[in-house]
Amino acid sequence: MTSLTKLTLKAALDGLADKSFSSQELTEAHVEAVAAAKPLNAFVLETPEKAIEMAKASDARRAKGEAGVLDGAPLGIKDLFCTEGVRSTACSNILGNFIPTYESTVTANLWRDGAVMLGKLNLDEFAMGSSNETSAFGPVINPWRSEGSNAKLTPGGSSGGSAASVAADLCLGATATDTGGSIRQPAAFTGTVGIKPTYGRCSRWGVVAFASSLDQAGPIAKTVEDAAILLKSMSGHDAKDSTSLDIDVPDFPSFVGKSVKGLRVGIPKEYRVDGMPAEIEKLWEQGIAWLKEAGCEIVEVSLPHTKYALPAYYIVAPAEASSNLARYDGMRFGLREEGANLTETYENTRAAGFGPEVKRRILIGTYVLSAGYYDAYYLKALKVRRRIADDFDQAFEKVDALLTPTAPSAAFGLGENADDPVAMYLNDIFTVTVNLAGLPGMSIPAGVDVNGLPLGLQLIGKALDEGTLFSLGGAIEKAADFKAKPAKWW
Amino acid sequence: MAIDAATVRKVARLARIAEPEEKLEQLASELNGIMTWIEQLSEVDTDGVEPMTSAVHMPAPMREDVVTEGGDASKVLSNAPKTVDGFFVVPKVVE
Repeated sequence: MTSLTKLTLKAALDGLADKSFSSQELTEAHVEAVAAAKPLNAFVLETPEKAIEMAKASDARRAKGEAGVLDGAPLGIKDLFCTEGVRSTACSNILGNFIPTYESTVTANLWRDGAVMLGKLNLDEFAMGSSNETSAFGPVINPWRSEGSNAKLTPGGSSGGSAASVAADLCLGATATDTGGSIRQPAAFTGTVGIKPTYGRCSRWGVVAFASSLDQAGPIAKTVEDAAILLKSMSGHDAKDSTSLDIDVPDFPSFVGKSVKGLRVGIPKEYRVDGMPAEIEKLWEQGIAWLKEAGCEIVEVSLPHTKYALPAYYIVAPAEASSNLARYDGMRFGLREEGANLTETYENTRAAGFGPEVKRRILIGTYVLSAGYYDAYYLKALKVRRRIADDFDQAFEKVDALLTPTAPSAAFGLGENADDPVAMYLNDIFTVTVNLAGLPGMSIPAGVDVNGLPLGLQLIGKALDEGTLFSLGGAIEKAADFKAKPAKWW
Repeated sequence: MAIDAATVRKVARLARIAEPEEKLEQLASELNGIMTWIEQLSEVDTDGVEPMTSAVHMPAPMREDVVTEGGDASKVLSNAPKTVDGFFVVPKVVE
């Protein structure tokens, strides 16, 4: 029944509802696909027995007429979400064999609605990376390859396992997180849809923290409608996260397919960066043309502080990370490397447990927060962050949403940017502004480059206005009619 | 200002990460590369700008100061590197 893995989430839910197949059949097909996809290295832990058990329970609920909105749908879970009784590592050696005794709120919401867990997905260590190469489990391999080449490409990061597994039809959808672009850039690199909602929409409780004022969960999915279905289930107020928004969750799927006639879409001129490939420029123009044809009014806008977003991010995020990751001290959970005294035990534990990129970011964070540098770096970055958020506020006085490319290139080869941290950081140039301002952003597959690799367009919305993004995203998806799939080689 | 090996040694100590002496120069050069790129922030006029500490436009919520969960030591200790009789075992803290 391999064809069951080709279904969209929506089609699978419809098939379950009209009893064309059972959740057990649907889940078994996906379990087989996961087991056969080891060369992608997308899963760091497969939970086939748990999946079948959950599927059987789902079939029983459906027989009693008690099926939830995601009932019986097999999903992949980024290994940054704590799952009760199931090893959760953040793909770091310091969490080693950590088995949570609690469930993250986002995954609990998915199980409440009946979803089935296939396993835990690979990511950059603590979500710090743009290529999945910092994972303690080794990089995920992108199911996409350049035409006529067998070279291994990155699926992007940090949610590389989530994006690759959705692109390769290993799961119907996946959870992901986005601190600087970690949902949208991998979605663009794999021809999938990814949305980072407004900060505060999804609870951060039970999600391993990286930079708490920027981290936000969201789905990676096969279609805009699938993303809407998943985000609706994942969202909602949670008293356990003090930054969780106490507001109603809109019916996101109802926005997909709505007319976008009369919507004003802004084109930020500062996003035309030097050295951007002509194909990405062309795709952007194409996206503008599609939205015009759909009846949108296109307006040029200015976000003058755009170029300062990445440097500000690389102060704010490491500063918060250095504080958040102080908890990994080898005392209460995770790895412990003994030393001659307490301080040495801390130092040995953290030296052995963290990978090079995580250490680099902790050192930068510690440096910018240290005495004498706090005002010059950290406080300055927070002021620049305000300027960036103000830019968006001013633009949104004139427009309903913004259209930009998602990433400055298509998927690149593994190892290509590994020697230069700053070159790697530039991957997030179009996505990171959204995290700093707390806004929703979505990547939609819109075309392929000369090598046949997928490219994405990004929509940025006003705070809490994911609905408009789903309408516009649906319009782009319809116009782009992106049907390309990676040729199976794994 | 350039970051030298001595600065890296001090910062690594503050961050409680053991970095071997022979790696300090290389780390200093990497961190310098990143900090030099970050220096461009000084071009931005931020006079009178309030620092942005949160992306949420709401005051921090208050809750009743009550115990909501707890009372299960085995759960708390289940991932500990070392335990004895329901306690964490840690290196000697006070000499």
